[in-house]
Amino acid sequence: MVQGEGCKTIMNIFGTSITQLRELIKQKKVSPAEVWEYFAKRSKLNDEKLGIFITRLNTPLQKVDNLELPLAGIPFSMKDTYNTKDIRTTAASKVLENYIPQYNATVYQRLINAGAMLVGKTNCDAWGHGSSTENSDYKITKNPWNTEYVAGGSSGGSAAAVATNSTVFDIGEDTGGSIRLPAAFCGIIGLKVTYGLVSRYGCVAYASSLDTVGPMATTVEDVAIVLEVIAGNDTYDGTSTSIKSFEYKKTLNDSIEGLTIGVPKEYMTDGIDADVRSRVEESIDVYRKLGATIKEISLPHTKYAISTYYLLATSETSSNLARYDGIRYGYNRAAFGPEAMRRIMLGSYTLSAGYYDQYYKKALKVRTKIHEDFEQAFKEVDVIAAPVSPTPAFKIGEKASDPLQMYLSDVLTVSINIAGIPSLSIPVGLTSNNLPVGMQLIGNHFEEAKLLNIAHQFEQETHFFDVIEKGRKKYE
Amino acid sequence: MNKYTLVVGLEIHVELKTKSKMFCQCSADYFGKEPNTNTCPVCLGMPGALPVPNRTAIEWAIKIGQALNCKINNHSKFDRKHYFYPDLPKAYQISQYDEPFAVGGELVIASAAKQSNSKEIATSTTSPRNDKTFRITRVHLEEDTGKLTHEGDDSLVDFNRSSVPLVEIVTEPDFDNVEDIKAFLEELHTIIKYLDVSDANMEEGSMRIEPNISLMLVHPPSSGHPLPEGGPAHDLPFKGSTPPKAEGGMLRELPHYKVEVKNINSFNFAKKAIEYEMIRQAAILDKGETPTQETRGYNEDKKITYSQRSKEDAKDYRYFPEPDIPPIELTDKEIEDIRSTISELPAERRARYVQEYNLKASDAALLCRDIEISQYFEKVLAHIDKGFEVNVSNAIINKKISTDLSPEDFAKQLTEMAKPKEVDEDKLASVIASVLSSNPKQVESYKAGKTGLLQFFIGQVMKEMKGQADPQMLQKLIEEKLS
Repeated sequence: MVQGEGCKTIMNIFGTSITQLRELIKQKKVSPAEVWEYFAKRSKLNDEKLGIFITRLNTPLQKVDNLELPLAGIPFSMKDTYNTKDIRTTAASKVLENYIPQYNATVYQRLINAGAMLVGKTNCDAWGHGSSTENSDYKITKNPWNTEYVAGGSSGGSAAAVATNSTVFDIGEDTGGSIRLPAAFCGIIGLKVTYGLVSRYGCVAYASSLDTVGPMATTVEDVAIVLEVIAGNDTYDGTSTSIKSFEYKKTLNDSIEGLTIGVPKEYMTDGIDADVRSRVEESIDVYRKLGATIKEISLPHTKYAISTYYLLATSETSSNLARYDGIRYGYNRAAFGPEAMRRIMLGSYTLSAGYYDQYYKKALKVRTKIHEDFEQAFKEVDVIAAPVSPTPAFKIGEKASDPLQMYLSDVLTVSINIAGIPSLSIPVGLTSNNLPVGMQLIGNHFEEAKLLNIAHQFEQETHFFDVIEKGRKKYE
Repeated sequence: MNKYTLVVGLEIHVELKTKSKMFCQCSADYFGKEPNTNTCPVCLGMPGALPVPNRTAIEWAIKIGQALNCKINNHSKFDRKHYFYPDLPKAYQISQYDEPFAVGGELVIASAAKQSNSKEIATSTTSPRNDKTFRITRVHLEEDTGKLTHEGDDSLVDFNRSSVPLVEIVTEPDFDNVEDIKAFLEELHTIIKYLDVSDANMEEGSMRIEPNISLMLVHPPSSGHPLPEGGPAHDLPFKGSTPPKAEGGMLRELPHYKVEVKNINSFNFAKKAIEYEMIRQAAILDKGETPTQETRGYNEDKKITYSQRSKEDAKDYRYFPEPDIPPIELTDKEIEDIRSTISELPAERRARYVQEYNLKASDAALLCRDIEISQYFEKVLAHIDKGFEVNVSNAIINKKISTDLSPEDFAKQLTEMAKPKEVDEDKLASVIASVLSSNPKQVESYKAGKTGLLQFFIGQVMKEMKGQADPQMLQKLIEEKLS
C-alpha cells in the first residue's frame, strides 16, 4: 500500500498495465481522480531525480464519468511537441517557451475523448533534433537505469516517464528513431508506426515526410490498446490513411509458427556492441524456439541511410522552423539552440538554388532505393529483426561535442523512417554494465498488428527478461 | 522613328470564390470582415497545423486551364516557396513549382491594336488577320497571403485572407502593344466570370495583374516575327545572363532584362503602367544603357512606376515538394469530368449569336462581354418570337429599354414598340378636319398647287395626336381629304 499525504490510502496500483488499472477503476476500487493524483505525485518525484517533464499538471484537466471508455481514467504523458489547448507546448525549445496553443493535436484529442488523463508533457531534444535529449533547451533527461547515462532521444523524457512508472503510457514522436532509441535505452516498448497511420495534426513538425506519432508503454497489449484509440483517418492530415479504424488486440495471441524473420546483415556488423549483438542473437533464438524461420537478408542501401536522412530531415526542418521568425512567438531566432541552428543551416543550404539537384533531389532518389530494399526483403520474409542502436545508452556528454558521432546513433533506425514502414522496439535484456538493450521488429506498411502479435508472443515467452520490471522497481 | 518593340508577358492572379480556403475550412469570403476573425491554426501557420487541399479549388484551377486550352497534367504536386514577410505566417507559401495543374495553352482574341500607336514606339502590325493568339505558359494554384496595413509607425497584419485559393495564370511574352493586353485581360476576365469561379474584382483585389515589361529593337522586316521560337524565354528566371550587346543604344538581341510591375488594380492602370514603362525604358536604352531588372510598383495617383526590389535582391525561394500534401494524381476520365462542367465560353457564345441570331459580330461581342447581360439577353429571347433576336440585341445595346425590367417585361415592352400603332380612326378623322378648317389659307395654297404644304398638315395632325399616328397613313388620309 502506498501512503497518501493524509491518512488516505489507495490500492497499490504501482506497475499496473492499462487493462489491470481499468479493471480496478471499473470495480470502483480506485477512482480516476485518485489514480491521477497518484501518478502526478510519482511524476513529480521522478522528475526531480531525472529531469523527465517540461510541464507537469497541477490538477486533472477533466473528470472521467464514463468508465466504459477504452482509456477511462488512465494517466498518460506526451512529448512536449503535441499541441495541447491552453497548456504550453515548447517542443523543448526556448523559442516556444511562452507558446500556449489554441488547439489540440488530433492524437491528444482522441486520447482525452477515450478517457485518458494527461499528467504532463515530457522533455525531449528541442524540435526532436537529437538522440540523447541533451539538446533540450530546458534540461537533460537522465537514464533511469544509471543517471550518468543519457535516456536516449529525442523522446527521452517520454521513455523515462514510462520506465519509472511516472505515467502508464506516453505518446512519443519518431522521425529517425526518436521513439525506438530512448525506448531501447530505458528498457521499455516503443512503436514507430507506418507513416500515415496516426495523424500528425498538431504535432510540432520536425521533418514532415518522416515524422510519426506512436505509443510507448510497458506491455505489448498496452501499446495495442492505445494504438487502437489513436490510429486511423484524420481529415486534418492530408497524409493520413483513408482507413478509419484498426484492430490490434484481438490478434495478439495468434500463433507465430511458420513465420519467417529476416536478419539484415548490414545491421549485424562488427560495429555493433558485443553485448547488444549477443542479446539480439539470443532473442532471435527465442523466436526460433517459437517456431519461426530465421533468414539472413540484405538491405544493400543501408550505408546511404544516414546521409539521406540528414539531407531530407534538415531540409524539411529548415522549412518547418522558418515560421519562428520573431514576429509572433515572443522570441527571435537567436533563441534557437546550436543544434537547431546547425540543422536549419544545413537544410537551407541543401535546398538552395544550385545545390537542390545535387543534394535534396539525389536524396529523394536514394530514398526510393532504400524503400525498394525493404519491398524486396518483404517478398522473402514476414518481418525483420535488428538491433535498435549499435550501442546501449552512452554517458551524458560523451557525444554532445561531436554532432556526427551523435548522428550515427541513428544508423539503424533512420532507414525505417525513410521507407515509411513500422518498427517496434522491445527490451531484450541487459548489458554487462546493467543497461537495457533494445531490438526492433520491422514490418511492411500497415502491418503493426503482425509486429504486436510477434512481440506479444515474445513477451509471453520471456517477459522481456524482466527488464521492464527491474527498471521500474528502482523507482518503487 | 519606331525604334523599339514592346515585349510583355503577363502574370495574372485570380482569387477563387470557393466556400472555404485553400488548405483549411475557414471561409474564403474574407472581404470586409473584422481583422483576424476569419482564421484558424492552419491559415495562421501555428506549430503543428497541417494543410489539406481544397478539392473544389483544384477542380476550378483545372477548369481555368481547360478554358485556356491548356494541357492538364495527370500528375501534379504542391511545393513550398520560402520567403520571410510578416503577412506570410508559415514563412513559405504553398504554391506549385515544376508540376502545375495546367501547361501550354493559348487564348485567341480579336486584336485591338491600331495601325500606329505612338510616334516613339512601334506596334506590330505584321498580322494581316484580326485574330491573334497569345500563348499561356501555365496555370497553377497557390494560397494567398495575409494583408499588411501601415498606420504611422505601426504595421498591422490581418490574416483573414491568408490561404484563400489563388490561381496564377502566366503568359508567354507575346504582347507587343497595350491594346492587345487590355483586350486579352478583358477576355480573360470574361472567361473567369463565365466559369463562375471568381468575382475577378480588380478593385477588391480578387484579380491582380503583374506585367513583365521590356523593350527590344525593331527587327528589319525580313526577320519576320520579333519573337522567334527558342529565343531567350522572357518568363524564365534570368540566370546571370550576359548584358545585352549595346551598340549606340541599339539592342541586337531579344531583351535580357525585364521589369515586373506589381500593385495594379485595373485594366486602365495596367495600360498606363506599361505606357509609362515604355517611355522610361526607351529613355534608358536611348542612352545606351540597359534598364535594371527589377520589380516596380505602380502609383496610380502619380501615374508612375517606382522601384521596389532589384535583381540583386532576388530571392532564392528554396522550392521543394510540399511533404504535407501527397501529389495529385488525376485520371483522364477525372480530367474530362471536370471539363464537362464547363458551360459555354464567351467565344462559343459570340459565334452562336452570330450564327443563330444573325447578330453583327460587334454586337455579339458587346452582349457577351458581361455574362449577366448575355444571360439577360437569353432570358428575354425566351419571351420573344423567333426572328426578333436582333431587335432584342439592339434594344439592350442602345439602352432603348431598361434592363432593370424583368426579362418578361422587357419582352412585352419590345413587342409594344415593334407593333404598328393602333389608332382611333374617328379621332384621327376629326383631328384632320379640325386642322384643315383652322388653316384655310394653307388649304387654299395647297389646292392651288403648293403640295409641299402636305408636310405642314401632317406635322400639325401629329402634334395634336401626340405622335400616336402613322405618318404614311396620315399622308394618305390628308391627301384624300384635300383632293
